[in-house]
Parts: sequence; C-alpha cells; structure tokens
Amino acid sequence: MRELFGGSIAAVSAFVLGAVTRIGAASLFCLRVLARSMTSFARPRLLVREVYFAGALSLVIIMVSGLFVGMVLGMQGYETLQTYGSEEKLGVLVALSLVRELGPVVAALLFASRAGSAITAEIGLMKATEQLAAMEMMAVDPVARVVAPRFWAGVVSMPLLAALFSALGIVGAYLVGVRLLGVDSGAFWSQMQAAVDFKQDILNGVLKSFMFGFGIAAVATFEGYAAPPTAEGVSRATTRTVVNSSLLVLALDLVLTGFMLQLWSE
Amino acid sequence: MATTPHDLIEITDLSFGYVPDRLILRDISLRIPRGQVVALMGGSGCGKTTVLRLIGGQLKPTRGTLRVAGQDIHALDAAGLYAMRRRMGMLFQFGALFTDLTVFENIAFEMREHTDLPQDAIRDLVLMKLHAVGLRGAADLMPAELSGGMARRVALARAVALDPMLVMYDEPFAGLDPISLGVIGRLIRRSNDALGATSLIVTHDVQQSLAIVDYVYLMAEGRIVAAGTPDEMRNSREPFVYQFIHGAIDGPVGFHYPATAYAAALGLGHA
Repeated sequence: MRELFGGSIAAVSAFVLGAVTRIGAASLFCLRVLARSMTSFARPRLLVREVYFAGALSLVIIMVSGLFVGMVLGMQGYETLQTYGSEEKLGVLVALSLVRELGPVVAALLFASRAGSAITAEIGLMKATEQLAAMEMMAVDPVARVVAPRFWAGVVSMPLLAALFSALGIVGAYLVGVRLLGVDSGAFWSQMQAAVDFKQDILNGVLKSFMFGFGIAAVATFEGYAAPPTAEGVSRATTRTVVNSSLLVLALDLVLTGFMLQLWSE
Repeated sequence: MATTPHDLIEITDLSFGYVPDRLILRDISLRIPRGQVVALMGGSGCGKTTVLRLIGGQLKPTRGTLRVAGQDIHALDAAGLYAMRRRMGMLFQFGALFTDLTVFENIAFEMREHTDLPQDAIRDLVLMKLHAVGLRGAADLMPAELSGGMARRVALARAVALDPMLVMYDEPFAGLDPISLGVIGRLIRRSNDALGATSLIVTHDVQQSLAIVDYVYLMAEGRIVAAGTPDEMRNSREPFVYQFIHGAIDGPVGFHYPATAYAAALGLGHA
C-alpha cells in the first residue's frame, strides 16, 4: 500500500515537473520569438505570405461555421424568446452571444485546428528534414526567418477571422429569424444596434481574439520547433497543438471574461 | 600531426558526448590543409556527422579545441559564429532544400539574406551556379519535382552559392544511382578546385570517395583509427582498414551484434 502510494506521488510529481519544465521552455521560446520579430516587420512579404496561409486559407471553414452557428442560434433563440413574446430581441441575443463569446472562442478553436496544426506540422517537418539546420548553417536564424512570421501571422489573423465569424453568424441568424421565421427586420437590427456597445462588447471581443491568437500561435510554433525530428514526433506535436491550444483558449476565455465583467461593473 | 598555417581546420584532443559520461567522440585530432578534399570515413553511427556539427558550431565539445581559419569556433559569440558560418557551405545528407521555394530561390536564398546584390546580379549568379551542376533548366522546378540525384546537385550548388572557404558534405553519395554518384563526385572535386575552397566529406562510400579525395581519416567507435592518402589506405594491411576498404564481412568488426550464446538463446543448452 505504502509502495503504491509512494509510486503515485512520484508519478504525479514527475508529471507536474515535466509540465512546469515544458511551460518554462515554451515561455523562453516565446520571448526569443518576440526578440527576433523585427525581421517579420522589416520584411512584410514574409508576414503577408504567412497571413495568407494561416488566415486567408482558414476563411472557408470560419465563414461557413459562422453562418451555420448563427442560423442555429437564430432558431434556438427564436424558440425560447417567443415563449415570452420577445422574439424581436433575437438580434440582441444573437449579436451579444457572438461578439462577446461564440465568435472569439469558436473561431479560435477552429483556427487552432486548421491553422495551428498546419503551422506545427510545417515547422516540425522543416526540422525533421534538416531545413532549419541548413538555415542555421547559412547563418540565418530560423526563429527570425521561419518562426516569427508564422507567429505574427497567427496573432494578426485571429481577430479578423473572429470578426468575420461573428458577422457571418449575425447574417445566418437574420436569414433564419427574419427571412424564415418572420421576426420584424427593423426590430432585429435596431435593437441590436441599441444594445451592442462598441467598447464593452466589440472591443473586448477583439481583445479576446487577439489574446487567443497569441496563445495559439505561441503553442503551435513552440510545438513545431520542439518536436522530435521523426514522423511520430511531428504527428504527436500536431495533436498536442490542437489539444493544448484549445484548452488554453478555454482557460484564457474564463480569465478574460472574469476581468472584463469586473471592469464593466466598476 | 603538427599544425601549420596551411591548415584550415585544426582539431585537437576533441571529445564530445550529449551526456558527459557517455562520449560519442574520444580524443579526436586531425588537420585539414587548405585547398584539399579530405574524407572522414567510418561505419554508420561512428560519430562522423557529429564532427561536422562541431565544426559548424551547432554542438559544443566536451573537451578539446576546434579551430577553423585560426579561430576557436566554440569561443566565438553568436555574431562571430554567424560570421564564420557565412564562410562555410554545407550539403546535408538528403539535401535539406527548402521545400516551399523553387530551385532558383533555394540557390538565391543566402545571397538575398546576406548580400545587397541587385536582382539582375543574383539572377546571373544563380544561373551560373545551376549551370555548373547542369541544372540551369530546372531553375523553376520545386524540390518535390526533382529526383534524388538532382536534389543533391541543387543542394551542392546552394552550398557553394557564396563561394565559401570551407564546404562540408554529409554523406553526399548516400542513396544515389551509379551515374549520379559519378556526377556528384566529379562536381565536388571540380567545385573545390575552381573555388580554391577546402572540402570535408563525411562518407562511408569507399570507392567513390577514394577516387576524388586527397587524404582520408578513418573513424571507428568515436576515434580516428587510421589516416593516409587514398593509395596508402588501399594498400594498408592494418586489419580494420583492410576490412573497411575492401568491405570484408568478418574482421575486427564482427558480423554479429554482441548477444548471449546462440545455443543458450534457443534453449539448447549452456554455452
């Protein structure tokens, strides 16, 4: 019994130690990326190329998902609101849900799966095929040339994708609520306009998605750069990116929402 | 072997291990004179590629010194090391071409990163390098569209893109067909002589390398066990050198990996 107990403590300690060490390594890597970021800004072509791969190529999944989430939200919202005779509030319900929470969070989860995994796989494969080592031997820092542009592309793309997700979601809710279920169009838009606050709702949503983009890009680039240079290593790193960055997004959302609600109430 | 100013690389009593008490390289000393093509030969896993990584400053030795052009590589700061690497070229075992860039852009990569050459000059230089390896017509292809031999030739052109003083080749002959083998061998020799560079080839391809190199170091289990000119190596009666050069199945390097007695393992009795 004592041995079993001791073994469990040892296993938990090793897990915690490993996790803390990895978080420390990821933080140091993140600082290194920030310190080497000037190349990305001095050579915008590198950044634009990565924004295309991370952001533009994610447009389809983000926009289609936004539209469908909005349509479902419109349907469910109408069903609930009509019980209280408040179906004209549908625009407010949908807009606040999307702009404050669903837009940034769902778009971030989709972005982590679509772009985060691609960034990890690309950097990991470049490492496995010695492309990063070749770059080092050419006196070119791979963190500045390869990692930093992908990192900033993630940070820049995320708020734009989240905004598009919310916009398409509202369009989806409009199509279902107004066009299909007969909510008054004027009430739908005017109540939404009156209830949604630029600073408290939209700006905070943008700030959230910016932070999510930072977190996803940090996890994706670190996992790729630290991946063991084997097929299995890259595969595991890609999976870790999706799992860890999704969990990070949910945790960050909780913390940021807490902060923002506290700030509004003051 | 005494050091002379003509030596581009001087390695003295160098040992290396990822873990200090498990050394991969033990007390290696070697000299590589300027202008020569030198082969570092040995079986797989004997530490040859590690020597290249130490010369390139990607690894730090556990003990000993390593000088390139008179400078202790591992005493240099990051800027000094990068300045030194600009004077080196390296061909990786499988080319390590940048898969998102065309052949042209792979060759131009270092020129764009380290020089302010105008676009026209870069274009002309890249085409000259590609012409030298016979692949000017492949300038617009992507690395995925190249055969193994072509990729190795492009990687060679990239390694000498900025006319380096030292070119390192990591297994340049691995996995090539006989025609590509001959082409790569001739290109290594020709580019070394044309550039006035110094070349270090890490390989276990005996016949191909002995045909083009000036001097050979033979490694086994992390040590230099023999050295000499290609003729000296071919005529050596030293058992390990003889076995390696002539590819004999048995000799100092046994056929079997150390294991328990065969009969005992099969349960047929005790050895």
